Amino acid sequence: MDVLTEISLYLQRGNEEKVSAFTRQAIEKKCAPKDILNNGLIHGMNIIGEKYKIHEIFLPDVLLAAKAMYAGMDILKPLFIKGKIPTMGKVVIGSVQGDLHDIGKNLVGIMLRGAGFEIIDLGNNVAPEKFVETARQENATVIGMSALLTTTMPVMKKVVDLLKEKSLNNSIRTIVGGASVSEEFAREIDADAYGYDSIKAVECIKKLVHQR
Amino acid sequence: MQKLLRRLKSGEILIADGAMGTMLMERGLNPGEPPESFNLTHPEVLEEIARLYLEAGADIIQTNTFGASPVKLSLYSMEGKIEQINRVAIRAVKKVIGEQAYVSASCGPCGRLLKPYGDVEQEDVYNSFVEQIRIINDEGVDIICIETMTDLTEAIIALKAAKTAAPSIPVIVTMTFDPTPKGFYTIMGTDIATAAIKLEQAGADIIGSNCGNGIENMIMIAEEFKQKSRLPIIIQSNAGMPEMKGTRAIYPETPRFMAERAKRLVSLGVSIIGGCCGTTPEHIWAIKRAVEVMRCK
Repeated sequence: MDVLTEISLYLQRGNEEKVSAFTRQAIEKKCAPKDILNNGLIHGMNIIGEKYKIHEIFLPDVLLAAKAMYAGMDILKPLFIKGKIPTMGKVVIGSVQGDLHDIGKNLVGIMLRGAGFEIIDLGNNVAPEKFVETARQENATVIGMSALLTTTMPVMKKVVDLLKEKSLNNSIRTIVGGASVSEEFAREIDADAYGYDSIKAVECIKKLVHQR
Repeated sequence: MQKLLRRLKSGEILIADGAMGTMLMERGLNPGEPPESFNLTHPEVLEEIARLYLEAGADIIQTNTFGASPVKLSLYSMEGKIEQINRVAIRAVKKVIGEQAYVSASCGPCGRLLKPYGDVEQEDVYNSFVEQIRIINDEGVDIICIETMTDLTEAIIALKAAKTAAPSIPVIVTMTFDPTPKGFYTIMGTDIATAAIKLEQAGADIIGSNCGNGIENMIMIAEEFKQKSRLPIIIQSNAGMPEMKGTRAIYPETPRFMAERAKRLVSLGVSIIGGCCGTTPEHIWAIKRAVEVMRCK
């Protein structure tokens, strides 16, 4: 079997050690780092995303696959220019102020990294100003906000309003998600997109990045 | 008061209370504040909520201790207050209900993912539950309710902690399932059959489901639990999935809607029926009436 296929398969099984070993082997065999990334790691993660979408696998499988992906990426990083993984775009993500429920948000981060995006994860309890400031400083294209608790959802509106206030709403787009967030709510607060689940969120963010 | 398990075994149906979190929000709990902070600042609100549910006819009243384990409290730097938080919550309920209902101590997930998926050691989670449940046992309750679990490993760890720290108190374990095209699963991938079998093996006294996506799904969940286990089954459903109206969350299922469907739960043989997020004393009152009408037939 081809070494990149091995990487993809072991990533899907969540085998961190094997993914690391085969990534090193691929480098020794002079595979281009970009190919190892796209046809090995990201390829495997895409399949994980597809399987998760159709409920063939569950969160634990995704989390283990992600760990394996990160292990591979860490080995590849120094081989790229400036020691950074080439990116589809930068996305700032976080759970909005007051929210400690971060599994959904973490999953979006995993899927986005798996799709080749660079992620700045601000964690939980992120204030509106922090989202906007970080996105501006880092020159990010998209802000992704997650909320599970309905009481924390008004904070999302604040971020959208802040971007408008600073006339940043054309350069920085917004996407919202979380258990109690709906398409209707996203429209109501004038967010640019609504991510029904982590897979849908990645699709929407790809579109938002292309629109810019 | 008659022993709970004996009553359930004889076929009696008991009514549990409804939501705590959404009731606290209506009484001033701010976004981002842990519900347990009210135990330190507003114990009178805990008494008020217990009274409302008692008056609505609940036979089982829960304490505001869902997140009162050290690992969870440490997310808010409140782990130093664990003793006071648990004791105040239990005393508030006991003071109101006396011998009129059972006190059930709520124990929710630790709020972090266990290794190998997350970063917290299983042993630390076990010790965390033991620490909370030791205080609960010392204060004295009728039931321990381990709820809203999605990771079966964590549910079993909490159950074992309860059986160690409070060996004589009956334990309820409920998990939260989502509908998928292949049936009901927790987000961590546990199906109902596995949950039912493993929880029974691990020594749970009462099992079932709470939270979730509305009472119609719960009817299907209850049916599967009944097929897989001979333990008494408990169902505590959300009042549907919340919808945002402006900045307020509205739970769509009315007391009447839920009460109608609670009858179906009774005919399936569910032993304890209560509510979760979005349910109110009105929901519990309506469910109680519906169940009583069935009993008379």
